[in-house]
Parts: sequence; structure tokens; C-alpha cells
Amino acid sequence: MPSLKDLRNRIASVKATQKITKAMQMVAAAKLRRAQEAAEAARPYSERMGAVLANITQAIGGGGDAPALMTGTGKDDVHLLVVCTAERGLCGGFNSQIARFARDHIRKLLADGKQVKIICVGKKGFDILRRDYGALIIERVDLREVKTLGFVNADAIAKKVIHLFNEGGFDICTLFYSQFKSVISQIPTAQQIVPAGAPAAGAEVKDGGSAVYEYEPEPGEILSDLIPRNISVQVFRALLENAAGEMGAKMSAMDNATRNAGDMINKLSITYNRQRQAQITKELIEIISGAEAL
Amino acid sequence: MPEAFKFELVSPERLLVSEQVESVVIPGAEGEMTVMAHHAPVMTTIKPGVVTLKTAQGKEERYVVFGGFADIVPAGCTLLAESAVAVGDIDRADLARRIQEAREDAADAKDDQTRSKAEQFLNQLTTLEGALLPA
Repeated sequence: MPSLKDLRNRIASVKATQKITKAMQMVAAAKLRRAQEAAEAARPYSERMGAVLANITQAIGGGGDAPALMTGTGKDDVHLLVVCTAERGLCGGFNSQIARFARDHIRKLLADGKQVKIICVGKKGFDILRRDYGALIIERVDLREVKTLGFVNADAIAKKVIHLFNEGGFDICTLFYSQFKSVISQIPTAQQIVPAGAPAAGAEVKDGGSAVYEYEPEPGEILSDLIPRNISVQVFRALLENAAGEMGAKMSAMDNATRNAGDMINKLSITYNRQRQAQITKELIEIISGAEAL
Repeated sequence: MPEAFKFELVSPERLLVSEQVESVVIPGAEGEMTVMAHHAPVMTTIKPGVVTLKTAQGKEERYVVFGGFADIVPAGCTLLAESAVAVGDIDRADLARRIQEAREDAADAKDDQTRSKAEQFLNQLTTLEGALLPA
């Protein structure tokens, strides 16, 4: 049975923890709003990019001059997985969810006899995947120093991927990230970015889509400029979704923690009060029985 | 009074401009071009340079863009810039950093084709710097 002093200390420490989790929850809520705004602001670009890409592929008509990044190498022996996770923990199952998803995927690929390479974006994913597949990780990208996620960060990752592709380092590249659905639900997602594949035919023929475009320079040249950029955009979107998801997960995790701490404080206070009362009663009995003995 | 059309300037981070304009000057990869309403459909890549737009109210705005491409249809014009800032907000250090990077790229280039591309990009950047920041 813990002493009164122990209980008092315990309650004080839980209270302190509760204050911290409460503060973290509020910080996460503020950051979530910002991350959501950023994701929102990035949407027009990727939408228009999709439309333009659809237009131009239509113009080329899947001709032979489509760049390799789009058509692929024709093989699927070597897979590159870009696993995006958060830099920090304390956000519930967020990181392990992505890592588990990626791990299942890796296991399947390895069982099929494919070769797998991994690029880890974010420290947490690296920490988890290192245990099982340390040998497969070829690179890790650290975004710890990055305060606000910019396009340049995504661009740097995309450049690495493209560079590797040009060297013949892999055939298929898949991006793993967590799709932000709502504050309480993030869905781990795998998205193939190389080869990009043609957008579904006739999916987006918007105003003037059927018009004959003039291209400056040649369509093929524009396309070969466009595809790498499109990869950057996809990575950027994934990173933004991840950032929003991380904050959402952190917010609900911290909300839970705050509530648990509250419950714990209640329970401890009851034990504390009971024990104090028991002690007072005991002392009274001692005094009374001492007086009676006289 | 020229007819106004819809112009949008979008960077990956956000939508910078979305309004009715009379004309836009775009630094196309093969030369500057002015876009007005009912322009024939053109798609072009753009080089680092200054986009000048004249709004329907007759105001003139200038933005610096670093590469990207423009999608022009009779109904409007969309400019997807890799990165864009208003001329007033241009950061001298940022520009210097970009030039430095381009210089390194040009030095690192392995074959002639990438080198000439990198050098061209570097040239465009230095021209831009000269135009924006008179020494």
C-alpha cells in the first residue's frame, strides 16, 4: 500500500503530464489547421497539372516519343518504395500504420522474387523499417529541420527518384503515405508514380480540350519537362497529406492521453482521500482507546 | 478597351492570381509572348523571367517566375509556375542561391546535352537577376 506522500507525488506527476498532453493537443490542433490550409492551397496546381497532362497525352496519342518515365522500362523486377512518415512520434498509430502497410507490400514483393529498394522520408518510418529491412534501405531523407514544408523539399526527393531511374536503378516506384481523410481517420495509401501511366483516356477534356493546340517547343519536349514535375507534385501532395494526417493523429492521441490522465487523477484522488480518512480514524481510535484505558 | 479574360497564376504552394486581365506577358521558352483574349490554344514551357499582367482595372502587376509552363486557351490562360513571387517580394539571397545551384548543376553535368541545358538555365537566371536587381 503506497503511503500518503507517495500518492500525493503520483497525483502531482499525473497532473503535470496531463498539462503537457493538453498543450500538445492544442499545438497539434493549430498545426493541423495550417497543414490543412497548405494542402488546400496546393490543390489547384495538381488539378491543373492533371488536366494539362491529360491534354498533352491526348495530343501525342501515346506515340513513341513519350519519355521513359511515363512508359516505364517494360520490366517490373526492381521496385523502389518511397515511404513517407512523420519525423516525430506521439501521434498514435500513425507511423506504424504506414510502416505496417509498407512492410506487407515489401513482403509480398520479396515473395514474388522481386528486388526491393527503399527510400525513407521521415525518421520514424526509418526506425521501424530498419529493424526488418535495414539492408534494403538505400537512402533516408530527413525533414526534421524543415519548419514549413515547401515544394523544394518534395522536388529534392523527386529529383533523387528520377536520377535513380535514369541510372536504371529501378523499374517501378511506389509512394507510400497516409491519405488524410479526417482528423480521426488516415488511410495508408500506395501510389505508383513511375511509370506514371497515361491518365484515363477522355477523363478530363475540359474547355477547349478538343481544340488543336500549338506547342512551343515540341509536345514531346514539353512532356519530358512535365513528367518529372508531375512526380514532384505527387510527392509534394503526399507530404502535405502526411503532415495533415500526422497532426490529426497527434491531436486525437493527445486528446485520449489527456482524458486518460483525468481518469487516473480521479482514481488516485479517491484512493488518497480514503487512505487519509482511514488514517484519521485510526489515530482517533488510538486516542480514544488510550483515554478509556486510564 | 480590350476584352478581359481569365488569368490564373498557380505555384505548387498556392494560387497566386486568379482574376480578369486584359493582357499578360509570358516569358516563353522560345521568346516572350503577350497573351490577350481569344488567343489561339498554345501550350508552352516558360523560362525564369517576369510575368507582367494588366488587370481589367488597368492596374499593372509583375511576378517573377522560375520555370514552369503555360496553358493558353481562348477562354483563359493558366500559368503553372514552379515557384513564383511578386516582384516586390523578391528575395535577393534566394535568387543568389538559385544561381549558385544552377552554376553547380552546370559544373556537374556529365554529358553535353545536360550541360548545355544547365548553362542555358543559368544564363536565363543571371539575365533575370540583372533585370531585377540593378547592381
